[in-house]
Amino acid sequence: MNDTSSTEHQASSTERSWTIACIDGSRFNSAVCDYAFWLSQRLNSPFKALHAIEHSGAVAVTDLTGAIGLGAQEHLLAELTDLEQQRNRLEIQKGRQMLDTVKQRAELAGLPNPVTVQRHGTLIESLVELETAARVVVLGIRGEAHEADNLHLGAHLEALVRSIARPIFVVNREFSAPTAAMLAYDGSPGSIKALEMVGSSPLFEHIPIHLVHVTKDPVAAEGLVQAAKLKLEQANRQVFSEILTGEPAEALCQYQARHGTDLTVMGAFSHNRLRELVFGSFTMKMMLNSQQPLLLLR
Amino acid sequence: MLLTQKKADWFGNIRGDFLAGLVVALALIPEAIAFSVIAGVDPKVGLYASFCIAVVISIVGGRPGMISAATGAMALLMVTLVKEHGLQYLLAATLMTGVLQLIAGYLRLGELMRFVSRSVVTGFVNALAILIFLAQLPELTDVTWVVYAMTAGGLGIIYLFPLINKTLPSPLICILVLTALAMVLGMDIRTVGDMGDLPDTLPIFLWPDVPLNLETLFIILPYAAPLAVVGLLESLMTATIVDDLTDTTSDKNRECKGQGIANIASGLVGGMAGCAMIGQSVINIKSGGRGRLSSFLAGLVLLIMVVFLSDWVAQIPMAALVAVMIMVSIGTFNWASIRDLKQYPLSTNLVMLVTVVVVVWTHNLAYGVFAGVLLAALFFANKISHFMYVDSQYDESLDQRSYHVHGQLFFNSADKFSNAFDYKEAVSRVAIDVSRAHFWDITAVAALDKVVLKFRREGTEVEVIGINEASETIIDRFGQHDKPEDIDKVLGGH
Repeated sequence: MNDTSSTEHQASSTERSWTIACIDGSRFNSAVCDYAFWLSQRLNSPFKALHAIEHSGAVAVTDLTGAIGLGAQEHLLAELTDLEQQRNRLEIQKGRQMLDTVKQRAELAGLPNPVTVQRHGTLIESLVELETAARVVVLGIRGEAHEADNLHLGAHLEALVRSIARPIFVVNREFSAPTAAMLAYDGSPGSIKALEMVGSSPLFEHIPIHLVHVTKDPVAAEGLVQAAKLKLEQANRQVFSEILTGEPAEALCQYQARHGTDLTVMGAFSHNRLRELVFGSFTMKMMLNSQQPLLLLR
Repeated sequence: MLLTQKKADWFGNIRGDFLAGLVVALALIPEAIAFSVIAGVDPKVGLYASFCIAVVISIVGGRPGMISAATGAMALLMVTLVKEHGLQYLLAATLMTGVLQLIAGYLRLGELMRFVSRSVVTGFVNALAILIFLAQLPELTDVTWVVYAMTAGGLGIIYLFPLINKTLPSPLICILVLTALAMVLGMDIRTVGDMGDLPDTLPIFLWPDVPLNLETLFIILPYAAPLAVVGLLESLMTATIVDDLTDTTSDKNRECKGQGIANIASGLVGGMAGCAMIGQSVINIKSGGRGRLSSFLAGLVLLIMVVFLSDWVAQIPMAALVAVMIMVSIGTFNWASIRDLKQYPLSTNLVMLVTVVVVVWTHNLAYGVFAGVLLAALFFANKISHFMYVDSQYDESLDQRSYHVHGQLFFNSADKFSNAFDYKEAVSRVAIDVSRAHFWDITAVAALDKVVLKFRREGTEVEVIGINEASETIIDRFGQHDKPEDIDKVLGGH
């Protein structure tokens, strides 16, 4: 256990510093970059673009003969190695090109020393490795593989949000610099964290905050919302607050459309798994229905 | 995260797993029948076992993409038990095997595989291939030329048919053609139906009909223990091979527990004990199988086919099965190991060959592995003992000889150490500097004590320098100090 102190010491200088943009070939790619540039500049946090080379499970087979002959095992190993080498070499090249483009764009946008990394393994694995150094992770709502699918979320998104403990910025449309943010507040630990972040982060210094609470009992919620509003006002934020009734995800999306907020800040997956299994996860509903990017906090 | 992984294990490769599952099911049927014949039981015992093990292991196993079923290695260990005590005791032994494997899984004994060197694995695989081949010989002795012709023709179809068509399993074609030929020509040769009962119903739960007493335990334990060991060895080695082929990792302890559960389940539906199969797993990977679905389907399809087609399965001539089994034997054999014999050092080759010889001699893979591991360890100890030497200088002014000991001191190098001193030299003082040596066991310390005593008897004054540093490595916990700085502190600077 002796070495934890040294790694901790090492990490403290880089911990929570990077804005990490997850790059793949999907159509949200450029928007992911632009939002990441925006975050990086506002937060004064260095920019890092990550491309994960996901080894596809798809297996190319031409041989269903089921016959094994002399040296079957060695031949098969050599064959599979060759195949994967070709495939992954191509993937590396493709990713390199994407990252180079991102780097050029970042330099054009005036970001100092943008960094690019390429790692083998799933996006989740790669992000978990970089997690301690991350301040915020920016990614598109759908990856390359499921681009056309508008009714479902990216296969790994839920797992990813659940396994990364850093703020996650989910991009679901073309870039426009946020002008008003909606804070979905329900008093849960996740949303309290979101409230604190909005109060302290330089991101929201010049953006009006819409503090929205959805409940069945508007009278009882008055105190909760007022206390939260006061907290934000003390932090010099411009705050509007509103209490809505109805199905939370629906009410929030309607509010968003009515008031033109173009960024949603919320705690993610703070209810227990059982409740989410029965009622469906609020976070997933918001990601599916919201037309504006989301900043998720755990 | 866990759920996503589970889903990917099952449904990450549906098309590939589906096709591979079918190919494997077709290849499993002749194997299961052939191994039942080896064990001396009805074919249905092996077929139920193959179904049950393949399906159960697909759910509880630790290595997706690996195929487990009734195997030759296990069948060979049951022969005497079946002959002397009958089927019910075999089922009880199968249950016991499962329980032992389950315990081994919980005790994390899978990690002991670290001690099994590459040469032993190669020897194991080759021995297995030879055993599978030898097991076919009874079908090829005292038979008419027709059987030889059929077998040769079958092998021809298996290896030549893929040149024409790569989408149909050639072992299946071989079986279909030979069966049709035998039926049409009405040949008088042995068929699967002559070997005993085939499954006529879906498997049902049955508790082995043996008295539950100590006597039974003493009958089955001597069989269950080697079965458990061989089953785990073959399963873990196969898992390593599948790991290499697919460039992925597996959970070896989960696999041990899974093998245990699968064998318990097999014993409860009237099946024999089994384990992972190298040949079938290679066929599965080659056919595009990667996930748990392929093993699951293989078991299911196998059962459906034999239950509903049992009348047809009974007509398959044994010659067709022999051809398929010879193919499995050839495919299992590690031919690179023969090619590399000339390049590898003698000790490596000896370990491999001893493993093979012991297995073929005893028909027990556990003995072969034991012999191989032991031999490999002895060779290793012998190599390390060379890393020890003693040099000395004579200092005239003090009339003192200083010995400097370098390197590794343990049971194997202790004699060499004792003989490195010149006891006949008449000097008044001797200094033995061991600060650059490592004492690995008590034998080394005893050897030093003996040297000191011997010098003192000659009337020499002896001084030992640096014994504390040298003996740090004796402590059993030394292996746990695996941080680089600790290791450097003890072993570095030499």
